[in-house]
Amino acid sequence: MSAASRTDAEAAVVLKGVSKHFGGVKALDYIDLEIYDGEFFSMLGPSGSGKTTSLRIVAGFEQPTAGRVMLYGRDVTTTPPFDRDVNTVFQDYALFPHMTVEQNVGYGLMIRKVNRHEIQRRVGEMLEMVRLPGTQARRPSQLSGGQRQRIALARALINRPRVLLLDEPLGALDLKLRQQMQIELKAIQREVGITFIFVTHDQEEALTMSDRLAVFNHGRIEQIGAPADVYERPLTAFVAGFVGTTNILTDDIAQRLVGRPAALSIRPEKIRLLPQGTTPDPDQFAASGTVRDVIYVGMTTRFIVALDGGGELEVVSQNLDTRAEEAFAARGTPMVAVWHKSAMRELSTAGA
Amino acid sequence: MSAVMLDSQVPQPPQTPLRRVSAWFFRHPTLTLFSLLAVPMAWMVVVYLGSLSALLAQSFFRLDGFTGRIVREFGLSTYEQLFTAANIDIVVRTTVMAAAVTVAGALIAFPLAYYTARFAPPRLKTFLYLAVLLPLWSSYLVRVYTWKIILAQEGIITWVFDLLGLRGILDGILAIPGIGGPSLSFSYLGMFLVFVYIWLPYMVLPIMTALERVPNSLVEASSDLGARPRYTFRRIILPLAFPGVVAGSIFTFSLTLGDYIIPQVIGNSSFFIGQVVYAQQGTAGNIPLAAAFTVVPVVIMLIYLLIARRLGAFNAL
Amino acid sequence: MHSRLRAGWGVRLGAFGALVFLHFPLLIIILYAFTTEEASFRFPPPGLTTQWIGELFNREDFWRALGLSLQVAVIATLLALILGTLIALALARANFFGRDSISLLVILPIALPGIVSGIALRSAVSILGVPFSTWTIILGHATFCIVTVYNNVVARLRRTAHSQVEASMDLGASSFQTFRYIILPNITTALVAGGMLAFALSFDEVIVTTFTAGNQQTLPIWIFSQLTRPRDRPVTNVAALFVIAVTFIPIILAHQLTRDRRD
Repeated sequence: MSAASRTDAEAAVVLKGVSKHFGGVKALDYIDLEIYDGEFFSMLGPSGSGKTTSLRIVAGFEQPTAGRVMLYGRDVTTTPPFDRDVNTVFQDYALFPHMTVEQNVGYGLMIRKVNRHEIQRRVGEMLEMVRLPGTQARRPSQLSGGQRQRIALARALINRPRVLLLDEPLGALDLKLRQQMQIELKAIQREVGITFIFVTHDQEEALTMSDRLAVFNHGRIEQIGAPADVYERPLTAFVAGFVGTTNILTDDIAQRLVGRPAALSIRPEKIRLLPQGTTPDPDQFAASGTVRDVIYVGMTTRFIVALDGGGELEVVSQNLDTRAEEAFAARGTPMVAVWHKSAMRELSTAGA
Repeated sequence: MSAVMLDSQVPQPPQTPLRRVSAWFFRHPTLTLFSLLAVPMAWMVVVYLGSLSALLAQSFFRLDGFTGRIVREFGLSTYEQLFTAANIDIVVRTTVMAAAVTVAGALIAFPLAYYTARFAPPRLKTFLYLAVLLPLWSSYLVRVYTWKIILAQEGIITWVFDLLGLRGILDGILAIPGIGGPSLSFSYLGMFLVFVYIWLPYMVLPIMTALERVPNSLVEASSDLGARPRYTFRRIILPLAFPGVVAGSIFTFSLTLGDYIIPQVIGNSSFFIGQVVYAQQGTAGNIPLAAAFTVVPVVIMLIYLLIARRLGAFNAL
Repeated sequence: MHSRLRAGWGVRLGAFGALVFLHFPLLIIILYAFTTEEASFRFPPPGLTTQWIGELFNREDFWRALGLSLQVAVIATLLALILGTLIALALARANFFGRDSISLLVILPIALPGIVSGIALRSAVSILGVPFSTWTIILGHATFCIVTVYNNVVARLRRTAHSQVEASMDLGASSFQTFRYIILPNITTALVAGGMLAFALSFDEVIVTTFTAGNQQTLPIWIFSQLTRPRDRPVTNVAALFVIAVTFIPIILAHQLTRDRRD
């Protein structure tokens, strides 16, 4: 979906000044958010940041303490979940243990009084789509974690909701299965063409799958944007640190580099280590230091550099030509760390 | 495949009146709670709390000795009647019995609870648990009646003593003033046995619960530190099981205080609190005095509960 | 887990002794239901016979008492099922001021000595001037039976994942449909177990019944009145065995239904 069409796109979900307090705790603190029709939108943040509460407010399980919720232009702030055109895939899948797979997937249609043969037909199609054909008669307890996840997905999608909400649906799966499901989910979303709102605490997952993402922290949204945007141009120290890893330079180093006490973010992979005495280009920054530690992680090597002016810098380099022995030999040698000025971001310190 | 998805139109759920009611309730969670609780709470408050208040009110009325009618005026004259020497005797007798039953119950219950909670393998544990549960729920009256059969002069206990040639000992025990009587089924001793038997499950279960909560790691830590089993038992298990014992004692104590069937079926002619209440409201028609008498076990229990709470018994309930 | 530890002889003997103490009276009642001895509780019985069973079954007053007991127990259980379930639904997840007071109020009727509840109900009924009847008995029984249903249902509701309820509503089911299709199937066995315990409790209750009955005789009251009539001893013995048998079945079933249903 191009940037141009996105601005024209109808807003699927709008949160306007939404707050949610549980007793004295502000789980959500005045959130404004617009999610476009047909996009894969991720809510990313650590636990307790407000991302799940936001999702539950969109689903209708929680009512906001203040603010409005709009679904395709309709105010649904006080509409119960059963009158909203959204469906949810729960973190624990919430399959009904006393029903078969067919009854689980067909539940929404049964409630909608669709006739039995039609339900059977559509459940069959749905099971094909999630690649679990023929499991109609099984019970949830007879399924593996990954299979339950697909059934939960089928049960939500069969109702053709305008928005699908996914609450950390891959959290309980092991790494390989999770990566496979990420690809499948993305494919299914393209196929059915509806809006997905995906809650996760895994930044890699959010970066891989989303059209756009929102980074939550302490009940507020710190940044909204396309994955590359958020990664390349983080606005706050929290976003820089939570989405990927970064070096944050402050105080003396910042003073020396940009001439004022700012908070600067530079990603480890944007830095190159060069022999001592190398002069940087005019469009580059340089800082000299000594390699304190070398960590070999297969595809890449991480160097921890103790800077001469104090502080540390993490540098990641791809093992393109370097072998492990060569990498380890760098330990203890003085080096110059060099990076492009454009790769460094100045962060807002407000709220961080 | 997407074509399949697109042609499958999904209708809206039918808008029934029930659905609208449901939506309304969803928007008003407090009223939902209220409407769920309205009927049962009305029942409990009107029927039960109302009755307890009526009971309290009755205790402040009095019976007119001449007309035999209840005078519905607030006063303390009924409570004055309560403090006669004979009535105080009854209260003391009942309380002493309740205390004795409680202590004996705890002593008998503990090994069974201890074995079930900490030693029995899972299947045996389930069996033992059910074995304690069955008498708890099954007919109280029949279980009392059974003891009438067991304790009878011509019954099995006498037979066993005869068989062992120990009849003299049994007669000796029955001759002891204070606890004895013409036969076991007409003695304090017999009554005591039945009380202990009837309330035993109420003692076993809380102790079992408390003992199951003692973490194994604690016991193992104690023995790792070189403590001998006896020491571990005394310093680790017993203190942690104590709240369970207190919780059980609340039941045995309270139930003994209020019972009138056992003293009537087993036992001699001396009265217990429950019997007085029964007799006063029944044959004597003196509901005010009966009501005042029931206040006595309630007050004793309140004092007992206050002490029990200090000992931490409520965590084991 | 405990295999390392073995109970000492004292503990085993004590446990075994307590178990025998709890159960040998039940063997006694079985034995005495078949004794040929009519006048006393002589042990050992001089002979065994099944004639008393027939005799009991010919007693019209026994059948009347049994009928009343069943009627009271069934109606009281149904009332307790409705009231107990409503309270459990309200209290299972809500956390509001007064919640503990409500659960205490529900437990009170069986925590207080039966005589207190009994005389309290009697006071209220007599103050109101209502005649004692089958309905006053049911009133009392339902009151102390609520707790068994409430306890079973609330425990099950707390073990059922709330996300199931949310999922149902998310899929379009109203609260009523969610109750019917999701909550009810989840709590069925708890309801049956609670109901059976309530039935057992009501079926053999004697103390509260004594105070709330007029001249109606439930089975326990009938037995109680038989205790004072030495001539009918053998018939009473059979009735006692019968009551034990009738209450044992629901208790064992309730136990089977509620234990270890977690997969």
